[in-house]
Amino acid sequence: MEITLRVNGVPRKADVDPRMSLLDLLRERLGLIGAKKGCDHGQCGACTVLIDGRRANSCLALAVAVDDRDITTVEGLADGDELHPLQAAFIEHDAFQCGYCTPGQLCSAEGMLGEPGPSAITEDLLTDPGLTPDEIRERMSGNLCRCGAYVNIVTAIGEVAR
Amino acid sequence: MNRIEGRVKVTGLATYAAEYPAEGVAYACAVQSRIAKGRIKRVDGGPALESPGVLAVLSCEDPPRMSEDADPELALFQHREVAYRGQIVAAVVADTYENARAAAAAVRVDYDPDDHDVTLSADHPGLYKPDVVNPGFPTDTGKGDVEAGLAAAATTVEVTYETPVLHNNPMEPHAALAYWDAEGRLLVYDTAQGTSTSRDMIATALGLPPDRVRVVSRHVGGGFGSKGTTRPQAVLAALAARVVGRPVKIALTRQQMFDVTGYRTPTIQRLRLGADAQGRLTALEHVAYEQSSTLIEFAEQTTVPGRVMYATPALRTAHRLVRLDVATPSWMRAPGECPGMYALESAMDELAYAAGLDPVELRIVNDAETEPGTGLPFSSRDLVGCLREGARRFGWERRDPAPGIRREGEWLVGTGVAASTYPARRSPCQAVATVRDGDFLVQVAAADIGTGARTALTRIAADTLEVSPERVHVELGDSDLPRAPVAGGSMGTASWGSAVVRACEELKRDGKEGRADTTEEIKGDAELARHAFGAQFAEVRVSSVTGEIRVARLLGVFAAGRIVDPTLARSQFIGGMTMGLGMALMEETLTDAEFGGFLHRDLAQYHVPVCADVRDVEAVWLDERDGELNPMGSKGIGEIGIVGTAAAIGNAVFHATGHRVRELPITPAKVLMPRF
Ligand code: FES
Ligand code: FES
Repeated sequence: MEITLRVNGVPRKADVDPRMSLLDLLRERLGLIGAKKGCDHGQCGACTVLIDGRRANSCLALAVAVDDRDITTVEGLADGDELHPLQAAFIEHDAFQCGYCTPGQLCSAEGMLGEPGPSAITEDLLTDPGLTPDEIRERMSGNLCRCGAYVNIVTAIGEVAR
Repeated sequence: MNRIEGRVKVTGLATYAAEYPAEGVAYACAVQSRIAKGRIKRVDGGPALESPGVLAVLSCEDPPRMSEDADPELALFQHREVAYRGQIVAAVVADTYENARAAAAAVRVDYDPDDHDVTLSADHPGLYKPDVVNPGFPTDTGKGDVEAGLAAAATTVEVTYETPVLHNNPMEPHAALAYWDAEGRLLVYDTAQGTSTSRDMIATALGLPPDRVRVVSRHVGGGFGSKGTTRPQAVLAALAARVVGRPVKIALTRQQMFDVTGYRTPTIQRLRLGADAQGRLTALEHVAYEQSSTLIEFAEQTTVPGRVMYATPALRTAHRLVRLDVATPSWMRAPGECPGMYALESAMDELAYAAGLDPVELRIVNDAETEPGTGLPFSSRDLVGCLREGARRFGWERRDPAPGIRREGEWLVGTGVAASTYPARRSPCQAVATVRDGDFLVQVAAADIGTGARTALTRIAADTLEVSPERVHVELGDSDLPRAPVAGGSMGTASWGSAVVRACEELKRDGKEGRADTTEEIKGDAELARHAFGAQFAEVRVSSVTGEIRVARLLGVFAAGRIVDPTLARSQFIGGMTMGLGMALMEETLTDAEFGGFLHRDLAQYHVPVCADVRDVEAVWLDERDGELNPMGSKGIGEIGIVGTAAAIGNAVFHATGHRVRELPITPAKVLMPRF
């Protein structure tokens, strides 16, 4: 099936197998290896991208379902040579080791920064809790890091959230 | 100095094994055994071959040519015997991933099943004493009279601790992309913790001279031991590429990783400890019961910590193994020390309570002058320093030892301590340093699996050359580079760094080039006991309503020689401690006694710590100078972080609740059990 989508602002056309995930479309057909496959089942967050500005697991989205949508991957976060503040903070705070979860952490964090309102752990549902370390931990818990860089990830995101 | 590859990692440009572009690439998908033991009667690839896009079906019906010397876990399709459920029995190669996956489901395999046995027990009739335990330690050791020591003790503890099957679960699945060139040379992009070793294992499996094979692993998405030996995907990609005459890529699924990429053996550990009135050990006995497959003997060195940790006149350590119809267990972060110290350090806590002594003081009074198992002097040992500094930073002196008495609302609060240890080894390595365009090029087939090896080696080279790190370029992750050992056993930096220092020293003398091989230098190392030590402190909160356990604080203090790079070291330590938190509270793979294989096969079932589980985790280190290690004076730090964490948390759970859980993981159900 023929689809057209915009990836990091660039219009891309692709003839896709209806069984193909957005993740496989990006990685195997469009040459964008930034989004990672850690589980292919929506359990790890390594494949997180932004679909129309909202974070989503691209392994759970079929390519045919993102026809005409706007996709942002980790490759689209920086502005030319200028790193996105989250990318710079991740480097500065050593918020990764092997780096395999990192693109997903970054896209997830970028999506999270734009998500207002309370989370499952917010005490008072009527006030915006702000991105305290606890709120960041809660909201970033869909992105696994087996290297155990969480402490530094929370510091890096917290610095950008301020 | 930040990680050298930081920028490519945060911009998504770092290329992992399955991500190299390849013209005309085909995709392979593995088919796994549905029985745990028996024979394959027939593999019917017919329907799969007729599916769209399918190029080939590989199976024992037409065994691809391999060497008889192939590692049994890599001898794909060579035999009809099935050794465990989940073993790879066939594979499909197709033009797209979707086609390969669909066709793999259409491969029909008929079996002649036999009765299987997949259950480890401490009285299994098949238990035996292996000749050695990984990676070459004596199976059993003994000194003094344990029975007499126990009889003379003022306090004794006799306990059994159990640990489950644990899975490494690096975030990057095991993957490979293989090409054969026109001259019959093989190039494999692999997820390898060591390209020299992977090259040798692949060459041996395929019966090729090693110089016909090249393995490249520039970035590896974690391994934790599971990528230390070559895994089937590399051989499968090579075989499939040879059959279809195109480059072939395969990435194992997360489910397949549970079956064919190794795991930590479950353990049953019996400990008997005796102490005199002052708490000094009179005897220590530690026996571990473990499993391996029928294919390969892998005997984890679970009781070796007893040979290192505490002074005692009577010491017995032993390992017993049973070969079951299971996949072969293998290395997982700190094999031996990790499960062994969980049991030993939990038992030490029990001894402290039984003897009415503070657990920190108990460890200090039992500090060893010489290595208990061998009598060798230590090159350096500062366990006591770690315990004292940790106690000071953690606020240990305010602790009331009475268990089960601190309550904040529904939460019971407790603290615990445990020691850590890990050997400081190095092995022979080669390196070349040259001048290039006025800068310095350092080449070594090291691997960066997330440890920061590029960055650490750049620092080491720059220090030796006395130039700024910007002028040093380190090339690693390629078997065409000078031969290097794997990133494993916490000896990567020590081994590679030794060769890099020697090569750079020679470059300084020569002005143009320096070549090093540390084989002879290492032969000359004095006979000493070389280990890093540490102490970990945990504070937990246990809900008296739900049994939920939250780790409020984790502090590790380590004495690990000279720290080469503080940023990388801290990340390694806290990363290991985070994995230790998972081991303590959530990680477990159950074996299916009925059908064989594992019941937990994905990340929704096998829980690893997530961001919300990890709050205040900190690591610090003591300044330790040790001239008997290597030119850097460093001890390995990749594994010691996970050693002792689970015991510290378990001991804190006891302090919080008054209930001792002796089987990992410590789940809410086990914590609430005494109520029912
Ligand atoms: S690969 Fe999509 S969530 Fe794991
Ligand atoms: S950095 Fe390795 S998994 Fe997160």
